[in-house]
Amino acid sequence: MSGAPKIAVTVAEVTPVNELVTRFRFVRRDGKPMPTFSGGAHTVVEMNDNGRIRRNPYSLMSDPADCEGYSISVRRDDQGRGGSLFMHRRVTPGMEMQISNPVNLFGLDLRARKHLMIAGGIGITPFLAQIKQLKATGGHFELHYAVRSAPLASYADELRAENPGRVRVYHDERGEAIDLERLLEGQPLGTHLYVCGPKGMIGWVRNTAARLGWPRGAVHHEEFLAPSSGKPFEATLARSNKVIQVGEHESLLEAIEAAGVDPPYLCRGGACGQCETDVLEHDGIFLHNDHWLTEEQRASCTKIMPCVSRFEGRKLVLDR
Amino acid sequence: MSKAVFEPSIPSRPVYGALEPRTGISHLMIADAEGAEAILDMAGAAPPGFFANAHIIYIPKRTGTLYVERLQALAPAQLHIAPSYAAAEPRLKRVLSSSHMGLQLYLAGTEGLMGQVMREAIEAGIPHDAIQTEHRGSTARRVQCVHCKGITEDVTHDPFQCSHCGLHLFVRDHYSRRIAAFQGVRVDAEDPGNIPEAVERFK
Amino acid sequence: MGIIFREETFYNDFTFRNSPEAIRRFPFPFHEDSYMYSVNLEPHKSYRPGSVLERAFDVDEHYVSEMRDRARVLAEDPLRCQSLPHMTLAGWDLLELIMVSKAEEYPDLFELHRDGNRWHWINRPLGIEQRFTFLDETTLPYGPMEYITRQTQGDFAVLDQREDNLWMDAGMVTTQADWSLDFDIGMNFFEWHAPVPKAAEMGIFQRALKFLLNVQQGAPARRFNWTMTVNPLLDTSPENYHKWGVMKRDLTLENMGQMMHLRVELQTFFRLPRSNGLVFPIRCYLIKLDELVTVPKWARRFHRVLRDLPVELATYKGFVDNRPKIVEWLSKYDDGAPTSPGIWPD
Repeated sequence: MSGAPKIAVTVAEVTPVNELVTRFRFVRRDGKPMPTFSGGAHTVVEMNDNGRIRRNPYSLMSDPADCEGYSISVRRDDQGRGGSLFMHRRVTPGMEMQISNPVNLFGLDLRARKHLMIAGGIGITPFLAQIKQLKATGGHFELHYAVRSAPLASYADELRAENPGRVRVYHDERGEAIDLERLLEGQPLGTHLYVCGPKGMIGWVRNTAARLGWPRGAVHHEEFLAPSSGKPFEATLARSNKVIQVGEHESLLEAIEAAGVDPPYLCRGGACGQCETDVLEHDGIFLHNDHWLTEEQRASCTKIMPCVSRFEGRKLVLDR
Repeated sequence: MSKAVFEPSIPSRPVYGALEPRTGISHLMIADAEGAEAILDMAGAAPPGFFANAHIIYIPKRTGTLYVERLQALAPAQLHIAPSYAAAEPRLKRVLSSSHMGLQLYLAGTEGLMGQVMREAIEAGIPHDAIQTEHRGSTARRVQCVHCKGITEDVTHDPFQCSHCGLHLFVRDHYSRRIAAFQGVRVDAEDPGNIPEAVERFK
Repeated sequence: MGIIFREETFYNDFTFRNSPEAIRRFPFPFHEDSYMYSVNLEPHKSYRPGSVLERAFDVDEHYVSEMRDRARVLAEDPLRCQSLPHMTLAGWDLLELIMVSKAEEYPDLFELHRDGNRWHWINRPLGIEQRFTFLDETTLPYGPMEYITRQTQGDFAVLDQREDNLWMDAGMVTTQADWSLDFDIGMNFFEWHAPVPKAAEMGIFQRALKFLLNVQQGAPARRFNWTMTVNPLLDTSPENYHKWGVMKRDLTLENMGQMMHLRVELQTFFRLPRSNGLVFPIRCYLIKLDELVTVPKWARRFHRVLRDLPVELATYKGFVDNRPKIVEWLSKYDDGAPTSPGIWPD
C-alpha cells in the first residue's frame, strides 16, 4: 500500500458541471478536519466496483485551506477502463469511500515572480486549487484556458468573474487559439510555466518553451496516464510466491494488489516512480507506458512500472 | 593555453563546461580576462546573426586590450568593457531586471566572476542549471571565512590568512552558490599555532 | 507525567547531566556491534511508551535549558536562523505541525486554541502565552519558523521540493554536528551532503533522496545518526570551531567518562501540507561515557563499534586522534559477552 493511512470519507455532493464533467465532494467520516494540502495535489480515490478495486488519481480542485472537505471533478471517459464511468454512474451522495492523503507532483515553484498557467479541458482542475492558494498568499498568476466549446468550459465563468484580467479562455469551436510564442516571449525573468491538459498540448507547450530558450526547471507539467488495456498476461511474484493473471482491462499493479500483495504507489499514473519493480526473469516484450524509467533502464529489461506498463510473452517474474 | 584541469571533487564543487550557442530570444555574455577566448571560440559555432541579439560585458583585468578588438569584431548588439566586476554589477542588475524568459546567459573566465554573476542571475529568476559556464584563466578562489564571514578574493595559497579576521584558514572544496565562494576553516583550530606551510594550490 | 526540567548549561561550566531516567530512555543508535552508513529510514510512528520515539516531537528534562542555550547562540550569531523569502509558507506549516502535535501530546505543558485563523498558544515550561493570526507574520515577534523553533528542541532544516530534489532553503541550526546553515542554505540534497565521505559512492544519497521525495502527508519517517563530542556542547558549529576544536586536546583517560559524549541525532522527516516542503528536524541527544556505561549492553557494543569503525568515518566524525584513548577507556567495560539485538537496554 501507499505509506500514509487512507481517509475514510462520505460523498457529500455529486454535482453535474456539464455534459462530460461531474464534481464530487468528500467529507470525513470521523468528523475531523481534512488535511490541508498544496495547490496541484491529487488524491487517489478507491472504488469498489463489484469487488474489483479501482484506484484513480484526481487533482484536488477545492481551496487548499478548506478543511471541511475535498472536491474533485471527473471527466467521463466512455472509452476508458471504467473508473470515470464508475464515478459518474455509481457514486451517489451518502456513499462511503476511501481516498488517499494528498500527494503533490505538480506543485507551484514558490520562488516564481509570476506563475503562467496553461490549461486544456479537464486539465483545469489543479489550477483551480493553485489559484486559490496564490490569491490567499498574494501570488502573481495568469491563466490561459483552452476549451472545446462554451458549454464544455468547466468553471470558465467563475474563473473569469473571480479573477478579472487574469484569466483568458479560448474556444476551439470559435477558432480561438493561444498565441503561445507571443505569450512566452513577453514573460519577465523569474516566470514559471505550468501546463496541464491533453498530451498533445503538453508536448506543444514544452517544445515551444524549449525552442524559445526557457529553462527546463521553469516549465512544469502534469499528465496522468490512464493505464492502457491490452492482452491478458501472467506474472509470477517471486517474493510472495504467487502467480497472478492480469486481465485485459486491469493494470499489473491492480492485479498484484488483487492477489493481496501491496507494493508502494503514489500516483498510479507512471510519473512518481514509487511502484518501480525489479524484473527477475522474462521471456517476452515489455510495453512500457510510464514517464519514469530511463531509456537505459527500459533497454536493460530489469524494471517495470506496474501502474501503467504491461507485458506480452511467455514468462515474467517480478521481485514482489 | 588558458584552460585548467580540475580534479574530480565533491558534489558541491561547481563543474564548468564549454560554452555553446543556444536558442533563445536574447543572449547575455559576461567574461573576465581569458574568458574572452571562450566567447570567441563559441562564436565559431554560432549561426549567422547570433550576436545581433547579444550583449557582452567584458572585464579584461590584466589582459588589457588583448581581446577587445576581436570581441568588437563579433558585432554584438552591445559590448561593454568594465574595469572590474564591482563596476559592472549595476549594469548587470539593470539588464537582468528588464530581461525576459528565453534570455540565455553565458559566463566565462574565473570562478569568482562566474560565481558572482550566477548569484545575481539566480536572484533574478534564472535556474542555476540553465546558466552556461566555461572556466578560463586563473584558478584563484573566492573564499569565505566560516568564522568571521569575510570574503577573501583571489586566494592562491592553502592555507591562507583571512584578509578580515587574520585567522589562518584551509580551503575546502565545499562551495556555496548563494555566497559565490568556497569555505575557509581555521587550520589550527585543534592545535593553535600549528600552521602548515602555505602551498600554492590555485594559480 | 511531570517532567522536572533541569537547570544546566551547555557551555563554560558545562553543568549538563542526564538523570537516571534520561539515561534509560537515551536513543542509543547501534542495533548491532558494528556500524556502517545505511539509509536506515523507518516510519516515524509512536513506539515504546516513555522512549524518545513515543511522540512526534520529544520534550525531555533538558528542554528549558536547551531553549536558553539556543537563545544565547542566536544572540551571538543571528545567521544561525535563516529563511529564504519563498519559505515563509513552509514556516507556517512547521509552526502548525509543532503546535498541534505538542498540544495533543503534552496537554499539561502546551495548549493551542484555534478559532479560524485566530490562534492562542500557551507554552507553560517557557512561560509564553501568545495570541496571533495564523498566516499573518505581523502578529508574531519572529517569523513563524523562528518563533516555533525557539520553543522546540533540535535543529530544523526546512526543505523546498522541486526539480526532483530537496533544497535547504530555511533552517534553525544551533545544535549541529559541525555544519553551517549560513554556508549551506540554498543547496540541494547532494550539495549539502557533499562533505560526507564514502556515502556518495555507496549510492546512499540517491536512495535516501528518492525515499524522502515520496514522504507523504500523515506518514513521517525517521533515522538516527551519531558522532562524538568533547564536553556537552550543543553548538559545535564550524563558525565556532576555533573555540571548541581546541577542547579535544584536553581529553585524558582520567576525564574521559565526564568529558567525552556520544552525540545522537534523531532525524525525522515530515511532509509540510501547504508548501509541499519537507521539514527535517535533527534532534541532538548527548550522553556522557560515564552515563552510557551504566548500561552494560551499550558499553560492550559501543566499544566494539568504535574499535572497528573505518578510519574515514572516524576522521569525518572528528575523533580520529582521540579514538585510541576512547577505545582503551571503553575496553574496561567490554568483557566480550554477546549483546542482545536491538538498541534498548536489557
